[in-house]
Amino acid sequence: MNIGNLIKISLRALSNNKMRAFLTMLGIIIGVASVITMLAIGQGSKKSIQSQISEMGSNMIMIQPGAGMNGGVRTSSDNQQSLKMEDYISLRDKATYIAACSPSVSSGGQFIYGGNNYPASISGVTPEYLTIRKLNIDDGNVFSRQQVAAAAKVCLVGKTITKNLFPNGENPIGKVIRFNKIPFTIIGTIKEKGFNTMGMDQDNIVLAPYTTIQKRVLAITYIQGLYASALSEAVTDKATVEIETILRENHKLKANDDDDFNVRSQKELSSMLTSTTDILTILLACIAGISLLVGGIGIMNIMYVSVTERTREIGLRMAIGAKGRDILAQFMIEAIIISFTGGIIGVLFGMGASFLVKLAISWPISIQPYSVILSFVVCTVIGVFFGWYPAKKAAQMDPIEALRYE
Amino acid sequence: MSKSIIRLENIKRNFRVGDETVHALRGVSFSISEGEFVSIMGTSGSGKSTMLNLLGCLDTPSDGEYYLDDVAVSTMNKNERSTLRNRKIGFVFQSYNLLAKTTALENVELPLQYNPEYTGKERRDKATKALDAVGLSDRLHHKSNQMSGGQMQRVAIARALVNDPVLILADEATGNLDTRTAYEIMVLFQELHQEGRTIIFVTHNPELAAFTSRNIVLRDGKVIKDDENKNIESAKKMLDALPKQED
Ligand SMILES: Nc1ncnc2c1ncn2[C@@H]1O[C@H](COP(=O)(O)OP(=O)(O)OP(=O)(O)O)[C@@H](O)[C@H]1O
Ligand SMILES: [Mg+2]
Repeated sequence: MNIGNLIKISLRALSNNKMRAFLTMLGIIIGVASVITMLAIGQGSKKSIQSQISEMGSNMIMIQPGAGMNGGVRTSSDNQQSLKMEDYISLRDKATYIAACSPSVSSGGQFIYGGNNYPASISGVTPEYLTIRKLNIDDGNVFSRQQVAAAAKVCLVGKTITKNLFPNGENPIGKVIRFNKIPFTIIGTIKEKGFNTMGMDQDNIVLAPYTTIQKRVLAITYIQGLYASALSEAVTDKATVEIETILRENHKLKANDDDDFNVRSQKELSSMLTSTTDILTILLACIAGISLLVGGIGIMNIMYVSVTERTREIGLRMAIGAKGRDILAQFMIEAIIISFTGGIIGVLFGMGASFLVKLAISWPISIQPYSVILSFVVCTVIGVFFGWYPAKKAAQMDPIEALRYE
Repeated sequence: MSKSIIRLENIKRNFRVGDETVHALRGVSFSISEGEFVSIMGTSGSGKSTMLNLLGCLDTPSDGEYYLDDVAVSTMNKNERSTLRNRKIGFVFQSYNLLAKTTALENVELPLQYNPEYTGKERRDKATKALDAVGLSDRLHHKSNQMSGGQMQRVAIARALVNDPVLILADEATGNLDTRTAYEIMVLFQELHQEGRTIIFVTHNPELAAFTSRNIVLRDGKVIKDDENKNIESAKKMLDALPKQED
């Protein structure tokens, strides 16, 4: 019997039991739809994290004083003052894989302008900091090297600061705001960046020359951290090693001494985060996959019922000349039609559900072609796999027995 | 003497039921020539159905040889026997065995679907002709559940005819029908016989045996009587003689 006839027969058999076919299909629909949706959510999160990280500067390297973090726990709290100005200077002058470098010192406090005040922290940096962090000036200018050298009381502010200190929308440039009683003149505003993946407001930022913060705010000579950017993302690892070597040399550490600083690259953070989302994706997909499996078992169950119900039909078909393989094909095709149609509807539903998730909770989603193809393949395999045993059972029936079946 | 199409040589068929062996057929030999209309009778359990299944190549003998059209059936494998059934044999069952929710035409087309030589159109044409032959040209698109028992059995006969079989096998084909309808079906079989078809007809009813050209009686898995019927009665006459149905 040719395939066209077989498909016709199977469609007829299915349409004779529409409700049952639909309910069986529903298992597959739900399974596929959830696989698609879960993968879309997982992949969407991963993509959005990746894009935000590259927005933050994928070649950024952060250096902090003190021993390294171990699983998020700071192993030793001493040496918080281990980074000195000399470290900054030698990195700036000696490192070959570094494009830009900036020290960082910061202090928290209250900003006051007129009757408005807002708590925030102020960071002391060099102008390179903006390049490293991929920050752009919206209005006004970055402070100059001279202003850094002179420890000028100038600052750059982010959107959140201006919104809170100048609620009436006045131009903040040239205004003098006070931070812990010290007056700072705003000489520029920083372009809005919004919230990052970790939910941090990237516009809640005030930048000033590091010299000003060191001398006038904190009265310290050491630095609290260093930011650098590698020449490219590809050489981040080399740059990291180089930084470690230079700093160890500066700090006169012996071969078996632990670092009294720690260097972390954005790349490291990025791979850590993406591997987290990968685990999330796999987990979600597994749960969805289980529902797909349950759907497949549903097909098997219904196919068994169908084969038993149609024992006489099978007997008759054999009596009039159907071969075992004709019967096998007939039931296999029935199972495959259920799973395949369920697969198509499931993909559509899954896409719909993904967009709903996006609309409803504005979760980033990304439907990958591979997840659609994967669902289809899995679906068809499920149809074949779970259709096989019932179909085989049908094909192996003895026609005489089958015809006598009540 | 016309060509013999069936030759049974000492056919035995045993069934194992637990530790016991049931001897359903204990050595049956006969041959049937082309164009014969054979009725097979015998008490319940005498082995009629078992023999018909063997003749229809649905089953194989435990011992002995069966030649159909001079081909030894025991030399064929399962698939070859399927093809043989498809091309050479037409079955009519007591319980019709039509596919549910399927039209008469589609039911009759069924055997041709398993024969790749026919196109869809040829199938439909042949099925229409077969239904014509059984007098159901006005019921082509009626579904099986919209027909009477007699009509369903006619559809089943049309299905058995559609592949131009060399042999039509009927196992108590009138068993589920009332006397009148049974006669109608017998009229049909006699017409087919007249056209030269070979028919083997299993029945419990001795009256019906009078319509056939040869009677074989089985008992306990053996042939105890095998007579030619010299004066075949006309089922048509009997049908006309029946009192008109009173309401
Ligand atoms: N599959 C089987 N397994 C075991 N025994 C069987 C099987 N089929 C038939 N028999 C036995 O073979 C014998 C003949 O059975 P068969 O069905 O041929 O009788 P029959 O002449 O057709 O009877 P009836 O007129 O009641 O239909 C019976 O004793 C029956 O029990
Ligand atoms: Mg019987």
